Amino acid sequence: MTRKTIEYTVGRNPEMGIDGRPAQGLMEPLEVEEPTLGTERMLVNLGPQHPATHGVLRLILELEGETVVSCTPDIGFLHSSFEKLGEYRTWNQIVTLTDRMDYLAPLIYNCAYAMSVEKLMGIEVTPRCKVVRVIMMELDRIFSHLLWLGTTAIDVGAFTPFLYAFQERERIYKLHESLTGARITTSATRIGGMMADIPEGWEHDVRHFIETFPRTLDEIDTLLTTNAIHLGRTLDIGVISAEDALNAGFTGPNLRATGLDYDLRKDNPYYDYETYDFDVPVGQNGDCYDRYLVRMEEMRQSVKILHQALDRLPGGPINVEDPHISLPSKTDAMNDMASMIHHFKMIMEGIPAPAGDCYFAVEGSKGELGMYVVSDGGSKPVRWRIRPPSFVNLSVISQLVEGHLLADVIMVNASLDIVLGEIDR
Amino acid sequence: MADDTTPDEGATPTGFEAVEGGPELSTGESPQVVQPEGLERTHPTVKATFDRFPDAVLRHEINAGDQHVLFLESSRNLELLGWLRDDPDQKFDLLSDVTAVDYGGGRPLQVVYQLWSITYRRSLRVKCELPLDALEIDSVVGLWSTANWLEREVYDMFGITFRNHPDLRRILMPKNYAEGHPLRKDFPLRGRFSRAEQTRRALDLDADDYYLPGERGPGRDPQILGESEES
Repeated sequence: MTRKTIEYTVGRNPEMGIDGRPAQGLMEPLEVEEPTLGTERMLVNLGPQHPATHGVLRLILELEGETVVSCTPDIGFLHSSFEKLGEYRTWNQIVTLTDRMDYLAPLIYNCAYAMSVEKLMGIEVTPRCKVVRVIMMELDRIFSHLLWLGTTAIDVGAFTPFLYAFQERERIYKLHESLTGARITTSATRIGGMMADIPEGWEHDVRHFIETFPRTLDEIDTLLTTNAIHLGRTLDIGVISAEDALNAGFTGPNLRATGLDYDLRKDNPYYDYETYDFDVPVGQNGDCYDRYLVRMEEMRQSVKILHQALDRLPGGPINVEDPHISLPSKTDAMNDMASMIHHFKMIMEGIPAPAGDCYFAVEGSKGELGMYVVSDGGSKPVRWRIRPPSFVNLSVISQLVEGHLLADVIMVNASLDIVLGEIDR
Repeated sequence: MADDTTPDEGATPTGFEAVEGGPELSTGESPQVVQPEGLERTHPTVKATFDRFPDAVLRHEINAGDQHVLFLESSRNLELLGWLRDDPDQKFDLLSDVTAVDYGGGRPLQVVYQLWSITYRRSLRVKCELPLDALEIDSVVGLWSTANWLEREVYDMFGITFRNHPDLRRILMPKNYAEGHPLRKDFPLRGRFSRAEQTRRALDLDADDYYLPGERGPGRDPQILGESEES
């Protein structure tokens, strides 16, 4: 048995100085003749199962070296035809479908759906219900932006903001849970009101959250906003002009990052948003960094709205007091024959809506979230259509990434803040 | 066309029967909302459109309290929508949504355009009715590029062909999908094929066969290498 000794040259690189710096100035690229390379373009298939696509999105990228020549999105992997399912359900049963679309901001979808049907039926909800829904929607705007913040940060290599953001999200999950009994599939609204009034002490929990949450946001802010790596990855990446963005149907933070201050809460106010004091942040350049800044500021503005909404939360009933719309209380339904029949008929037959159609849009966390409901006078919709903000925002991605590097595709895709459950519906 | 799925008069199926039998179809005429005359004057755009294109505007409705709906001649949708976008007094610069509605019972399909003017903070809904035997309408991608995917979705779900659309293919359903157009009322909820056949077709689909470098992209037809069964 021979013994073999191998000497490793561990330690100093002779070209390096003592503390790691190059001994003879910066390294120069070697003067080597370029080999003749084939010019064949490469096709890279990104997704559908890839964490950086933020869902089951497939992007077919054509690369010239590392530069994207064209990008073709392929969607539909999560398609479950919610719109078709809705045609087989009564108006109230559809609520459960809405939160399964955007599972990142379920309460906004619950509210938007209920609001559009109420508008079609001509129902005016109670003042308490209005304020509670505003609280729910603003809470979920923070909820959705936090997920966007965490996952976008981790896409560019920043791990800590992800942990901070998800810790805060967890607190909103708990608020969801105590409000509705579920963390994601909330199904909180009903036509003419809510499933239940807010539980005791819930408003104090929300207030505690919005008092402590801005501190975490500031910490994330210091980690990312002036971070050189983050700036390098986001500045001037995925730029779109205001005119193009509008023509392409951009809405929400993506549109506002280009400099247009279109916000439905200001431009077509619902639920007394005009009486709340808040600002609409707008960007200038329409790049990934401006989209980041706009969303960060939107969370702060949401906190501001939440403070005002909690201050003005009125008492009184949460559901409209109309026996044709609201269910009788469970106590009545269990003890009183007339109420029980009423309850049974409401559940089995549903609430008829007048013939006609209604398009109602709210400012969702991702853009203009419209619900278009068509009725022919029955208790089921003829057509229920969601105007999907992420779907429209994603359709521009091929324009945004052309000419950028492959790594920037990830950043652009993340900065658009898409959710595939709603794109595929 | 959808008569076999229409439930019997009086007996409303419930539970699973309702699901098997298809959606409840109303048998009456297209629901028309009875409204007092002259209300179109309350919306400046509706008034202007009536004055300028008296022969292209078919009728006008107000739904859900204050939402104005204009029914246009479907052959002139491009001209009128272009005017609505560019006219300095209208400026409907945001096309929120393009979708379609099928009322069932052989009635015409409606293509619905949801417009919003950022300048004047006004909304307007424009509808074009297409009879079932001529499901074709001009694409508005040239006016708003947002219509690209939205019209593809309408094509996928309703089978309406958009003339001059740069990239009209299915978007949500797979490319070898041959069961029809899911959001039409005559489409059964669980699809037309058996579960086994659906699974077989899904497994047949090899997505890698569908693209070649340089041959596809927005505006270009995908080069299909493996011929799908339906063609």
